[in-house]
Amino acid sequence: MTPVLELSHITKRFGPLVANEDVSLRLGQGEILALLGENGAGKTTLMNILFGHYEADEGEVRVFGETLPAGKPRAAIAAGVGMVHQHFTLAGNLSVLDNVMLGSERLSRIGSDRRAARKKLMAISERFGLPVDPDARVSKLSVGERQRVEILKALYRDARVLILDEPTAVLARPEAERLFETLRGMTQDGLSLIFISHKLHEVMAASDRVAVLRGGRMVAERATSETSSSELAELMVGRKVQRPVRQDHAIGAPVLQAERITIVEEGETRLEDISFTVNEGEILGIVGVSGNGQGALGALLSGLMAPTSGALRLNGADVGQLGPRGLIAAGAARVPEDRHAEGAVGEMTVWENAILERLRSAAFSRFGFVRRAEAKAHARELIQRFDVRGAGPDTRIRLLSGGNMQKLILGRCLATGPRFLLANQPTRGLDEGAIAAVHEELLAARAEGAAILLISEELEEAVQLSDRIQAIVKGRLSEPVAAGEADARRLGLMMAGVWDTQDAA
Amino acid sequence: MRLERRETVPLTLVATAPLAAVVAALVLAAGLIAAAGVNPLAAYGEMLRGAFGSRLSLTEMLTRATPLILTGLAAAVAFRARLWNIGGEGQFFMGALATAWIGHSLALPGLLGMAVLMICGMAAGALLLAGPAFLRLRFGVDEVVTTLLLNFIVILFVGLMIEGPLRDPLAFGWPQSVPVDSAYRLADLVPRTRLHMGLLVALAAAGVVWLVLTRTVFGVETRAAGLNARAAAFAGISLPRTIMGVALLSGALAGLAGAIEVMGVTGGVTTTMSPGFGYAGIVVAMLAALHPAGVVAAAVFVATVFVGADAMSRATGVPSFIADVIVALSLLTMLVALLFTTYRVRR
Repeated sequence: MTPVLELSHITKRFGPLVANEDVSLRLGQGEILALLGENGAGKTTLMNILFGHYEADEGEVRVFGETLPAGKPRAAIAAGVGMVHQHFTLAGNLSVLDNVMLGSERLSRIGSDRRAARKKLMAISERFGLPVDPDARVSKLSVGERQRVEILKALYRDARVLILDEPTAVLARPEAERLFETLRGMTQDGLSLIFISHKLHEVMAASDRVAVLRGGRMVAERATSETSSSELAELMVGRKVQRPVRQDHAIGAPVLQAERITIVEEGETRLEDISFTVNEGEILGIVGVSGNGQGALGALLSGLMAPTSGALRLNGADVGQLGPRGLIAAGAARVPEDRHAEGAVGEMTVWENAILERLRSAAFSRFGFVRRAEAKAHARELIQRFDVRGAGPDTRIRLLSGGNMQKLILGRCLATGPRFLLANQPTRGLDEGAIAAVHEELLAARAEGAAILLISEELEEAVQLSDRIQAIVKGRLSEPVAAGEADARRLGLMMAGVWDTQDAA
Repeated sequence: MRLERRETVPLTLVATAPLAAVVAALVLAAGLIAAAGVNPLAAYGEMLRGAFGSRLSLTEMLTRATPLILTGLAAAVAFRARLWNIGGEGQFFMGALATAWIGHSLALPGLLGMAVLMICGMAAGALLLAGPAFLRLRFGVDEVVTTLLLNFIVILFVGLMIEGPLRDPLAFGWPQSVPVDSAYRLADLVPRTRLHMGLLVALAAAGVVWLVLTRTVFGVETRAAGLNARAAAFAGISLPRTIMGVALLSGALAGLAGAIEVMGVTGGVTTTMSPGFGYAGIVVAMLAALHPAGVVAAAVFVATVFVGADAMSRATGVPSFIADVIVALSLLTMLVALLFTTYRVRR
């Protein structure tokens, strides 16, 4: 196998932080290489060096044997390297063809040769099995279709090496599987691929070879056929990590009930006639492709949105109109979807964040003054009980890692012994160790009788933790299925909105 | 070259930023002074002497600093909650006008009357800012525009009142309002100077504001709402209530500045009684990095420039407008300094 791409001894520092240290990597012709690593392991930095967004402090990049000049994305493109970013870089108000052509023509040209461009785009589309409508507006396309446009954009620039940064982050399971099938087909046409991922199952399913990064260093390279998920997990984290397993136990009485709730906001229906029940000691998983109403459901259960019609009952009392404080007082706790935007005030201290929801309760204030000693003691207790590392009560919470911040937010929720807990994407962006810790806390709360609603885009997580699962599609909820009956195929269909037919059958 | 956000901001950097900003502003203004044909160092020497050189100059400087402390606090409180109150000048005048009007015919014992008058001034300032705050909360109207424009409306209104119903008949035709009753004039802090007890009120206000911002539920909620409104709302903090509370506090502080200036210095209201105390309060707040203790120090700096520039002008012939230039430059340099405290420059 001839190397089409070679990174040798790349080192990149950001101040005192070493993002990549002496990393070497080879990509063979027609190969799919997975770059596996946790958040902050240096995967994206490495690919940005390869593509010329960053300049390496040491080391060099060779494509088809030629050394690339550092820090010049144009040179990388000219050498045949294409990059598909995790966050798409498409103009929504332009057509697919415009987006693909954008930036590929010389500025000095008068007029643009759309006919030739269209012909080339359609030829590529056919050759690689990536069907598109060149005249469709990008804003009208689904996420999967947009990704296809991103890939076409790279291929249009004659990329022979394609780098995909977390390509499945925004895709539903069936879409992700289709993507990998397509990519596999593309390698037979002479393309070579690197994809970045922290998801073990897709690395196992789709790659020929795996390179594992940890703490900026290359810790292992394996042929995918000669390794296993558990070995990769251990290599990635650096120690053995096991996610806890849900134990069967008796489910109690209903705690939270949504009865035919519809939410209309600014003329748009966010949730349509949804009903569900979460029982004592039960985790109800809500799965779905992002953007299908999870936001509104989370806002409803956080007290930030009120039902337009229907009722939300907590222990029988209507809590739909109470707002966040009232909902908390009624025994609900909430882990928000985005911990930086909603869960914590980054510039404030750990202790202030720890009591922010309960500032006005008698435990933490008297005569309008904050009881600082009590608040700090409470923060210390949370830090200890929930194993929050690298922080004291007076640390600014912004300085905590994602996992530790999440543990603190979860601790803030669980400290009061809530009857109901909303866990909205509780492990998004966390590494394996932190995921296991969060799962453990959720299962412990379940064992103590809390009713938990878990909103997750990670199917594995939903299946591992939930007693029952419902899918959310375009603001509507499917009927629940028991976790035992929820295989990947059935969930995939549910997430695609196919459940009425099953009910009929 | 690009800017990279600092992980932590060292305390020394926070403390040196305003100093660096002031030095930079003085260096930049030195160019203008030199262009006027005067040695900048000599000019600045005159300025210092004019503000600190004698008992009289020192007390004059502190007299100027007194309303600046209060308008600076008003801006600092509002800016912390991201309520952009540019209307300190208008609130100052409303406080002054209310105090003169009510204080002219009030019949209460001295100290109680003073307290009542200060509260009236605070209420007038607070009410003036409540309007823009309401418009922002209810209709999303930008308060920068409303508070700024209200300043001009208020000054015209003050002009109307002191030419009309509140005109002082003993002022020989000067446009001046009726004075507050002499029973409610604040006593001199230093005999035979203009420095009055109001300075102590202003210092006490700085202490109270610090206490409110750091130790009370309201203060923590205000900071949370200012730093991350979404997270604050998620935690159940009512943003409208917080904003309205901040508006009332901020307006009250600026109104108090007007009340004290009337009771301590001018007696009545004229449209020229403020050399821009409200606007300068914004500079004071920014130089102070919105910290109440810093406000006191920054107010002393701005007062030094204002008072010292007059002395410098008399001694060297450089126009005293240089004071406005220095104050304005120090706001700009402070903004640059703030950029460098939050970000570091990378190649």
